[in-house]
Amino acid sequence: MVARRLVVLLIAGWLATVAGGAWAESIVLASTTSVQDSGLLEHILPAFTAATGIDVRVLAQGTGQALTTAARGDADLVLVHDPEAEDRFIAEGHGKDRRQIAWNDFVIVGPSADPAHVGGGHDAQAALRAIAAARAPFVSRGDKSGTDALEKRLWRAIGLKPSSAAGDAWYRDIGGGMGAALNAAAGMNAYTLTDRGTWLNFANKADLKILVEGDPGLVNRYDVILLDPVKHPDAKHEAARRLRDWLISPAGQSAIGAYTVRGEQLFHPSAAAPK
Amino acid sequence: MADFWTTVGSGEFARIVALSLGVSLSATALAVLLGLPLGASLAVFRFAGRRPLIVIINALLGLPPVVVGLALYLVLSRAGPLGELRLLFTPGAMVLAQTVLATPIVAALVHRAVADLWADYGGALRVDGATPLRSIPTLLAMGRKQLLTAGLAGFGRTISEVGAILVVGGNIAGYTRTMTTTIALETSKGNLSLALGLGLVLIGISMAVSATAFALGAGRRP
Repeated sequence: MVARRLVVLLIAGWLATVAGGAWAESIVLASTTSVQDSGLLEHILPAFTAATGIDVRVLAQGTGQALTTAARGDADLVLVHDPEAEDRFIAEGHGKDRRQIAWNDFVIVGPSADPAHVGGGHDAQAALRAIAAARAPFVSRGDKSGTDALEKRLWRAIGLKPSSAAGDAWYRDIGGGMGAALNAAAGMNAYTLTDRGTWLNFANKADLKILVEGDPGLVNRYDVILLDPVKHPDAKHEAARRLRDWLISPAGQSAIGAYTVRGEQLFHPSAAAPK
Repeated sequence: MADFWTTVGSGEFARIVALSLGVSLSATALAVLLGLPLGASLAVFRFAGRRPLIVIINALLGLPPVVVGLALYLVLSRAGPLGELRLLFTPGAMVLAQTVLATPIVAALVHRAVADLWADYGGALRVDGATPLRSIPTLLAMGRKQLLTAGLAGFGRTISEVGAILVVGGNIAGYTRTMTTTIALETSKGNLSLALGLGLVLIGISMAVSATAFALGAGRRP
């Protein structure tokens, strides 16, 4: 009898699952892991849904994948952080009306023993040069995310192109999200480049700490881009525009600015004055 | 530990568990619906291409979930052939992906069980005047314990799977987030003990489903 009751319960659960959320209007927001892993969207989106009745389904994918998802027509709006990839996305006619909503910054974290002696520095390029010279373990995302793109730009700027395939065993391309990279760095006592939001919200820091910060080249800009109605006629443009407008409105901007983790503000709203 | 109890006690977590069970049980049911006749047919009928089909189905036991996810993603994407269905990033897409993964398991195990029974009793059944088609219900009834195992193996594949549903479901909070994708997400946030705790809950739920299936199976003994 207990078993039969369990089955009834399971069927009820199944029906609730299938019917759940079928009536609410919803849009798909293709976004990056950092705005999810840092807890930002979870914090601000309920206010938007309460005000408009629009349910926002967030895909946290990393900038490269998020833009691909949108280019294939599988999202209604994008929120990403790689200016160069965004330029290409817009140039190919997929998106338009890019607006910056917030910024924060990237930091280089590493083991407190700091074998490359980069601690306390404010120059990301000098730090990477020192890490390469010391052949100290460095974890790379290697996933074409916004953070990965910045890391590759920094290496290019100092004329290096580390690759484990070319014998740089210290350079470890893990091909994963920010959290996976931080877990890997914590496990291998390695350096890595991370956005500050994910870092502050990350719970498995082990022996890692922030070593380099405050380089103007480490600014991290988050842009929201509407999809082009000609190329993507099926996207939910009206609802997507309402979310975009809310994010850059005073209400959205103050919600972004009000999000803190352990007393620290993670994102600086910048719709009125883009960095 | 405080984290763990807050998470497990939340309404959101109840929804995650319900979605996990809903998707996996739906996929298992579909896999049984497809795999049972397929496996039984392969055991009793003789037709051209039967052997290659058996080899293929057994090879598909090792089907990589992430490849199934990717293939379905391309098919269900708006730019793909079935984009009009608007199934991508919905629970329906997850059910589809897991059905693809579980069907070969059910079919292969059913084939093995029924083939053995057909070898032992096929002659007697035919003497009684039964055709292979009309023998199938009898054989399935005789092999119901193995069939239960086949169903549970299919369920085990679906409830534990993360690679395919992450790609076609998108791990959307409150909509396509399941037990396994939550565990992957909490791991990526560095909440390792919370992730492990949720893993233990998942194993517990799996065991409860298995025990229920066995209890129902025992209750139906003629």
